[in-house]
Amino acid sequence: MMQFDPNDLNSILPLVVLLGWACVLLLVDLFIPKGRKGWTAILAAFGLAISMGLTLGRAGQIGSGFRGMVVQDGFSTFLAVLILGSGLLGIALAYDYMRRMGWERGEFYPILMFSVSGMVLMAQAADLIVVFLALELLSIPLYVLAAFGSPRPDSEEAGLKYFLLGAFATGFVVYGITLVYGATGATALREIVDATFAMGTPSPLLLIGAALIMVGFGFKVAAVPFHMWTPDVYQGAPTAVTAFMAVGAKAAGFAALLRVFVLAFPLLQADLVPVIWALAALTMLVGNVIAIAQTNIKRMLAYSSIAHAGYILMAFVAFGDSAVRADAVASALFYLLVYAITSFGAWAVVIALEKKDGRGLEITDYAGLGRKRPALAAAMTVFMLSLTGMPPTLGLIGKFYLFRAVIDAGQIWLAVIGVLTSLISAYYYLRVVVTMYMREGEPETTREPWLDLTWSLAALATVVLSFLPAALFAWASGAILRLF
Amino acid sequence: MDFLTNPLNLVTFSPLVGVLLLLVLPSGRKNLLRWTALLVSLLTFGLSIWMLTQFQAAEAVAPGELHLGLSLPWIQVAGWNITYAMGVDGLSILLVLLTTFLTPLSILSTWTAVEERVKDFMLFFLLLEVGMLGVFLAQDLFLFYIFWEFTLVPMYFLIGIWGGPRRIYAAIKFFLYTMAGSILMLLAILYIGIQAGTFSVPELITALPGLYASGVIALGAQMLLFLAFTAAFAIKVPMWPLHSWLPDAHVEAPTAGSVILAGVLLKMGTYGFIRFNIPMFPDAAVKAAPWIALLAVIGIIYGAWVCYAQKDVKKLVAYSSVSHLGFVMLGLFALNAQGMEGAILQMINHGLSTGALFLLVGMIYEQTHTREIAVYGGLWKITPIFGSIMLVVSLSSMGLPGLNGFVGEFTILLGAFGSQAIGSPWFAGVAAAGVIMAAIYILYMFQKMFLGPEGSIVEEIKKHGHALRDLNWREIVIMVPLLVFIFWIGLYPKPFFDLMAPAVEKLVEALPQIVH
Repeated sequence: MMQFDPNDLNSILPLVVLLGWACVLLLVDLFIPKGRKGWTAILAAFGLAISMGLTLGRAGQIGSGFRGMVVQDGFSTFLAVLILGSGLLGIALAYDYMRRMGWERGEFYPILMFSVSGMVLMAQAADLIVVFLALELLSIPLYVLAAFGSPRPDSEEAGLKYFLLGAFATGFVVYGITLVYGATGATALREIVDATFAMGTPSPLLLIGAALIMVGFGFKVAAVPFHMWTPDVYQGAPTAVTAFMAVGAKAAGFAALLRVFVLAFPLLQADLVPVIWALAALTMLVGNVIAIAQTNIKRMLAYSSIAHAGYILMAFVAFGDSAVRADAVASALFYLLVYAITSFGAWAVVIALEKKDGRGLEITDYAGLGRKRPALAAAMTVFMLSLTGMPPTLGLIGKFYLFRAVIDAGQIWLAVIGVLTSLISAYYYLRVVVTMYMREGEPETTREPWLDLTWSLAALATVVLSFLPAALFAWASGAILRLF
Repeated sequence: MDFLTNPLNLVTFSPLVGVLLLLVLPSGRKNLLRWTALLVSLLTFGLSIWMLTQFQAAEAVAPGELHLGLSLPWIQVAGWNITYAMGVDGLSILLVLLTTFLTPLSILSTWTAVEERVKDFMLFFLLLEVGMLGVFLAQDLFLFYIFWEFTLVPMYFLIGIWGGPRRIYAAIKFFLYTMAGSILMLLAILYIGIQAGTFSVPELITALPGLYASGVIALGAQMLLFLAFTAAFAIKVPMWPLHSWLPDAHVEAPTAGSVILAGVLLKMGTYGFIRFNIPMFPDAAVKAAPWIALLAVIGIIYGAWVCYAQKDVKKLVAYSSVSHLGFVMLGLFALNAQGMEGAILQMINHGLSTGALFLLVGMIYEQTHTREIAVYGGLWKITPIFGSIMLVVSLSSMGLPGLNGFVGEFTILLGAFGSQAIGSPWFAGVAAAGVIMAAIYILYMFQKMFLGPEGSIVEEIKKHGHALRDLNWREIVIMVPLLVFIFWIGLYPKPFFDLMAPAVEKLVEALPQIVH
């Protein structure tokens, strides 16, 4: 008989606060009059901030709860901060945008908080059942959020498409979990790894199970060939949601992949490396090459997001190599952080130019931005350079860290593919810069306080932190995965 | 405090003062913006002269070493060992001075040429100067790479916004081409960092021979590392057959951009060879020397050959760079003191002469808006000062004795002729033909444009109610300092050789014995 231990709650305290706050906010929202839903946003942001404060305050603590089903370690703290930060930025972007687009509804913010909770839980999950629970908790609200632009058809389409493919992906994960359970008789990562060591050579059942889990999360992080939904969903969803999804869902997907594979399946390294290698290479190639053909900025950034999933997957190749995997995980986390800051900035700029009815989203609409809004264009230039990996931006530092881990793991050819595809990416990122500065036009832009704050702070951080990355490196390398 | 008072940092980052000032100045006050940029770049030049005096004092005590350096821990976590390391020695001091010298002259040349978005232009120009100085002074591979890649960004804007009709194409081509080389270098840098546990260049030069000897980095790996660095630098130089970005970038860039591109940015490539490739991968450098010499000689002849076919005078000057930089590469990979000293001097010479040629071409283009050689003729009679200066600069570019180009090319050829590493005097022999070819295409250009009957452009200009004017005071002020150095190096190059000789000798001594 399982006993309830109040200490268990302590291990997920920030999460409890977040979920409780979201539930209460759903009720409170009923009493906030229509047209003043900004208050819901502010309250939601408070909830996220408190949860973030709790997470940071407990940063050094390590422990587990619910009989080892959830853990708290450096890894989960790092990702929780990153995810809560994305939630906050998501709200900052949505604040005026949703009203301007005529989609302002109070329930948006609690739903977003539920999704954030799922992502935070994913970072802490140490049991496949919890992984599944977290996956559903983060995904279902995201389906709703993607369709929040209803009755605009492309948003409805995005929601439906994301739902169908997401459900499909979840199916893969569940099937994988059952096979792993069948092979090892366990769902806890600790017990799975013990069982695989006892097994010696991994059984085909276990391999297939692990591969199915990888496929499922491949959908979530938008790795090729499981990326088909990404451009349509990213394009159709309200841009603030897209920004949140691009960072949050990716962070949660990689959280699950890293924790499950590094902790539970190190023995499958030899069998899975070629698969991950091919996934990473394909993702980088396809993402970057197809991005060239895009004329819509949201689609272009969607393909760019696919490509960046490929870069992070490169670090993942070394998941079973105990000599380098700590560094590989740290570099993946650091890259996620860099991508989060940069991509939120870029999406904020997209929102500043977006008009009702989906106008203002073509790259040609950016013509003349350099003259009309010098600061906004400069910020966008910084983001494009950072995504390319040019100095003086964090993007370059992220690539430094990532490629060192890849070379250290002995995957030189993968690193070569990585740098060559980033050369390809320079072409389409530069095209945005070319359009902004070297073509004439009269772009219409919006000035909104939270939006302006987001892109200006993101640009500042992207440049300034690139000169002072030591603290971030230390933080990422301290984000160690622990097995309890 | 070390960071802020270090002379090298002061020189490198002083243009940022201008950047900050420009940011707060109103964009409508064009002359104010120009003067601000000019004065700040002159300040940087002044600081670099002060740095030179300090350098000479330090060099008297410890010749051939890195001086005025500082090395601060920068990123020392998570297995990284990155330092903020700067330093200057005989290999880089002249290039630093060339950069700080050409920048104010280039800014002065934009006085009437750049009327659009003056503020942004000056911003990018000063940022570019920071990047270039950083490249020449950085002594840590990580820091170097950041400066190296950073120079791409302002140059890309300078070409892309203020360039000619095909500017966007040229800017993107420039960016992608250069980036293609440097990303391979990035992987090589990371590999070295992992193997040696440091990114500091002086430490690596001490540590790497041990790693080679113990087999941690095998000869094959050393060759690959050498090739990866070569990819970055050879594109920048540019060496034949990787030169095709250069004519586009040069022709489309605004005059000041071309001056800096030819004068300084190309030297970043040759400097990379002498600072990194040769001392860090000595065995590979010795092995590769004949091949690089071969490419260099092909570049010399090909560049000169293509010059004949040019109808556009700016393109002619651009292709002449391919030829001249071939000489520099030949001298470097002679791997003896003579060849290298000649090469370093020739880097400076090319910066001065080709920079001056681009400036002169820009000055006439501002009046006529055409660069087609065929429409010119008899200019010397109409614009005597312009013609005379053009003659001196052209002669310097083709290597007439008594002017700077001769000293550099002659020393290079002597070095290459007796080079053990290249192994055959034929390379120098064929390269010497390049000198003659240079004389032909330069004189052909000069004859077509400045001698003979008046060209059709003179009539054309008259039709519009203008007349071709000679150089004005501002333009003469730009050219005089360049002419001073053209004569100075041509007549008395000893002070310049003295600056670099100890460092070059130290570098050559460290190379492995060459056995054929």
